[in-house]
Amino acid sequence: MKAGPMRASIPTLLAAVIGRDLRLALRHGADTLGSVLFFILAGALFPLALGPSPELLRRMAPGIVWVCALLAALLPLDRLFGSELEDGSLDQLMLSGLPPALVALAKMIAHWLTTGLPLLLAAAPLAIMLGLPLPVLPILLGGLALGTAILSLIGGMAASIVLGARRGGVLLPLLVLPLATPALIFGAAALDAAQTGLSWRPDLELLGAFLAGALPLCPLAAGAGLRAAVE
Amino acid sequence: MTTQAGPGNKNAGAGRRHPATAADHKPRTIAIPASRPPASPLLNVENISVFRGERLVLDGVGLRLDAGEALLLTGPNGAGKSTLLRVLAGLRKPEGGHVLWSGIDALADRTAHAERVAYLGHQDALKPGLTLRENLALPARAAGSNPDQAMESLDLLPLADLPARMLSAGQKRRAALARVVLARAPLWLLDEPSLGLDTRSIGLLETLFQTHREAGGIVIATTHVPLPLPDARTLALPGAIAVDAAEELDMGLWS
Repeated sequence: MKAGPMRASIPTLLAAVIGRDLRLALRHGADTLGSVLFFILAGALFPLALGPSPELLRRMAPGIVWVCALLAALLPLDRLFGSELEDGSLDQLMLSGLPPALVALAKMIAHWLTTGLPLLLAAAPLAIMLGLPLPVLPILLGGLALGTAILSLIGGMAASIVLGARRGGVLLPLLVLPLATPALIFGAAALDAAQTGLSWRPDLELLGAFLAGALPLCPLAAGAGLRAAVE
Repeated sequence: MTTQAGPGNKNAGAGRRHPATAADHKPRTIAIPASRPPASPLLNVENISVFRGERLVLDGVGLRLDAGEALLLTGPNGAGKSTLLRVLAGLRKPEGGHVLWSGIDALADRTAHAERVAYLGHQDALKPGLTLRENLALPARAAGSNPDQAMESLDLLPLADLPARMLSAGQKRRAALARVVLARAPLWLLDEPSLGLDTRSIGLLETLFQTHREAGGIVIATTHVPLPLPDARTLALPGAIAVDAAEELDMGLWS
């Protein structure tokens, strides 16, 4: 017991936690697919409600895709830390040797891989269905790549803060949506600009700046939330 | 936690629950008679106080344990046994007191302290969708230990590839104990480790305890039933409020 065993390094541990979450997501495929199906279904409802005018849909496509992605990314957040807290796994994660902020970051990365990335893939067919011009598609996907990462970070932070609260599930959207509005505005504005022939770069750069700020700050806040939740 | 301490029994030990009263009487360190008082014990816990809401759950609890020693935490439901374990694991910050590990304040860096701790909670913390081997993969990776060996020591190898949801309560408990073994940590904090175990498994547990203590490890376990820990010391937490509440609810026989 005196000679310390070979402990895993922090990157190894981080990868192990992400790997475990991915495996869990694969095992519970229905939960994972749920948010993507919601995204596609919600997006498909707009033409039915607004009427099939191609001109109208083309104009509204950026907003529809972005709002649906935002709402779809919210769906699995409730369970992100909730299931870990309920079965005692959170205690074990906190004792795994990773600092709480990195436990939170690992979960956020796992959330992006299991929710953000599939949304990104599903966004292309949805956008085409709504009549978004093909040349604009890379800008949509670029913006969404940044935007879904921001959503995973902010969402993970909010999920850890409401963890253990009695009406956490209700509180969560109220906390995430206002914080995520800048991403929504810049992301949709980039597409609008591209469609009208203006420069879309500043909007995407602002999205990138938002991500750069959220990347260190959200895990730190989430780590504090996790500490408080296991107390 | 348990039936007591609800908002209903306001007058149960009203004088005992206010923070101000904690300062009135001097810290009650529950002395554990050590055969030879060591100069600097491996684990030295001083004067731990914890509030749960308005209630003082732990009041000036102290203990000293040297390498290879074992301690049983006993006391009625709600006496703060699990809370004390969580404090020792660094999961919960106490309102007062110190946890010293070889003379160093362990709670100052709780992430570093986590490497010294193997914690078994009330719950088994197994993901029902993953197999036993997959459930143990993360702790094995963290400590760089061999999951097969740990499963072998708890007679779990034949079940290694079954999803955890197929396991019985006792088998899940053994899996959670395998995680404790995997951690290769000097300080074992076990919350009712024998819960749901059959006689044979308790025999396995005895071997594990013995190996761990011979290697210089410490075992601290809460329990309501005898555990196979020879010459373990006992710390009885009073839990006076819990007793009051139990009598008030006429549930004394249950607790």
